[in-house]
Amino acid sequence: MAETIPAGSTTDGVIQVGQPTDARVSAPASYDVADFPVPHGREEDWRFTPLERLRGLHDGTAVADGGVKVEVTAPEGVTALTVGRDDARLGKAGKPVDRVAAQAYSSFEKASVVSVPKETVLTEPVRIAVHGEGGTAFGHQVVEVGAFAEAVVVIDHTGDATLAANVEYLIGDGAKLTVVSVQDWDDTAVHAGQHTALVGRDATFKSVVVTFGGDLVRLHPRVVYGAPGGEAELYGVYFTDNGQHQEHRLFIDHDTPHCRSNVAYKGALQGKEAHAVWIGDVLIRAAAEGTDTYELNRNLVLTDGARVDSVPNLEIETGEIVGAGHASATGRFEDEQLFYLMARGIPADEARRLVVRGFFAELVQQIGIPDLEERLIAKIEAELEASVG
Amino acid sequence: MATLEIHDLHVSVDAEGGPREILRGVDLTVKQGETHAIMGPNGSGKSTLAYSLAGHPKYTVTGGTVTLDGEDVLAMSVDERARAGVFLAMQYPVEVPGVSVSNFLRTSATAIRGEAPKLRTWVKEVKEAMERLHIDPSFAERNVNEGFSGGEKKRHEILQLELLKPAIAVLDETDSGLDVDALRVVSEGVNRVRESGQVGTLLITHYTRILRYIKPDHVHVFAAGRIAESGGPELADKLEEEGYEAYVKGGASE
Repeated sequence: MAETIPAGSTTDGVIQVGQPTDARVSAPASYDVADFPVPHGREEDWRFTPLERLRGLHDGTAVADGGVKVEVTAPEGVTALTVGRDDARLGKAGKPVDRVAAQAYSSFEKASVVSVPKETVLTEPVRIAVHGEGGTAFGHQVVEVGAFAEAVVVIDHTGDATLAANVEYLIGDGAKLTVVSVQDWDDTAVHAGQHTALVGRDATFKSVVVTFGGDLVRLHPRVVYGAPGGEAELYGVYFTDNGQHQEHRLFIDHDTPHCRSNVAYKGALQGKEAHAVWIGDVLIRAAAEGTDTYELNRNLVLTDGARVDSVPNLEIETGEIVGAGHASATGRFEDEQLFYLMARGIPADEARRLVVRGFFAELVQQIGIPDLEERLIAKIEAELEASVG
Repeated sequence: MATLEIHDLHVSVDAEGGPREILRGVDLTVKQGETHAIMGPNGSGKSTLAYSLAGHPKYTVTGGTVTLDGEDVLAMSVDERARAGVFLAMQYPVEVPGVSVSNFLRTSATAIRGEAPKLRTWVKEVKEAMERLHIDPSFAERNVNEGFSGGEKKRHEILQLELLKPAIAVLDETDSGLDVDALRVVSEGVNRVRESGQVGTLLITHYTRILRYIKPDHVHVFAAGRIAESGGPELADKLEEEGYEAYVKGGASE
């Protein structure tokens, strides 16, 4: 399979062993929406997504009308600018890989650029609040962290919107960036986009993606390495409710030697028509000797009627690696587990909380921002209350 | 003194072609401080009795009564029964991913005792109980029953028995699948709880082997969904020699 990868093309089309190599993407990556055909839903990269709920983001009928407010709160030393389409800092991390991401890139009018100067170590997070006021919008965000700088960025999505927006993370040599992207939308929102990190030499990128809200959320967290020694940790937590579609499509492109990646996404599902999709594509190219990678996806189905599609893909083109592995498992919170806990005196609602909190605990702890961790735990409890009540 | 009274208990399960009766009029009284062994062939309904007492939703009580000190056990939910003092050590303990043993034990003890145990004494209490049952300290951080061997699961059940100190302990085939060493460790745990004199024990088993370690006051032979014969420890000796043959002829319920 390996030799069939077209040089320089997007590569998540060829990961899954036994799949035809052209089956997984509908078109090569491009900045221009016109390079992508309108998806019809049978393409490999669209087959899990209910297109009719994208509100035209995929077929050119969505029209921007504003209605999404972006507010950046940055500690001293950080610059936050709104720039035009021709700014040199835009588009450096990578091209859009699907039509909606390309639509966002082709349609946004202003982009936001947050810059952390080199060797600046922030003690407070940069907070980017994206609040939907019911409108349709296309957005673009760049976070650049200079060499040896250290920063934590929280992107917090709330309210109601139809939003296609991409985010680029440019991480300088030896820099450390932690990003927490929270999708705490109202249950009516639609949010799609691509989050691409370009990891510099010996740089560290940590991403925590938290998806609770939305009618439909479809994100592409992606990592590319600009130089050897880079490290990426991608964590995700999602809680998919009644009627929600939450889709995370990860891709880690190991094209550079001696880089590491570690992926752990966990989701809980409850209610009728709750649908979570997790795609984890990892490609270790021939040049990427010394790669060390592991990816994991776990799902906990709390009630009947929910559906999970979990597809880990690992393609290895060189044997000269440190390690590569993946795991995926979907379990049910079963009546037998409930009985066991209750037979030890634990009331039913507390038993369910115990299981779900335990399931998410290790990932929530990865966030490292106390007020955010508390909010997420409270959110998890509230979601559970809704199901118990 | 706590007394569990089972009177004319009838229990069915849903099966293909409609409900099937498994317990057909069980009468049994277990008092605090007593140990009753319930012995019987496979399919006689022993485990059904155990799960029915704990309130497993798979079993439907169609007749009879179960009371604990006069309180109607059958009207209680599963967790209420546990808090009232009924403990079931399960034959097949359930894996609970994502919940550590230490978190589970503390949550359970808090529910049963009605208040959270004081952290310092609790840690010591758990540590000592684990040592007595030869349970490695690393178990505290493992998920409940996940990846435990058969013997580890049973020791974990008896650990809970020691910590929760119920009024009535129902041990469902706790001896099955244990080698002699594990059987001895587990039996010692049960005996420690019995020696307190505060627990009535219902020891359900297929084999007489465990009765060498845990001496019953009463032995009951279970067949065809009811108690076919009751006696003292000498009845176990008779079963050891003669087996269940005399009880199964034309009588098995499943």
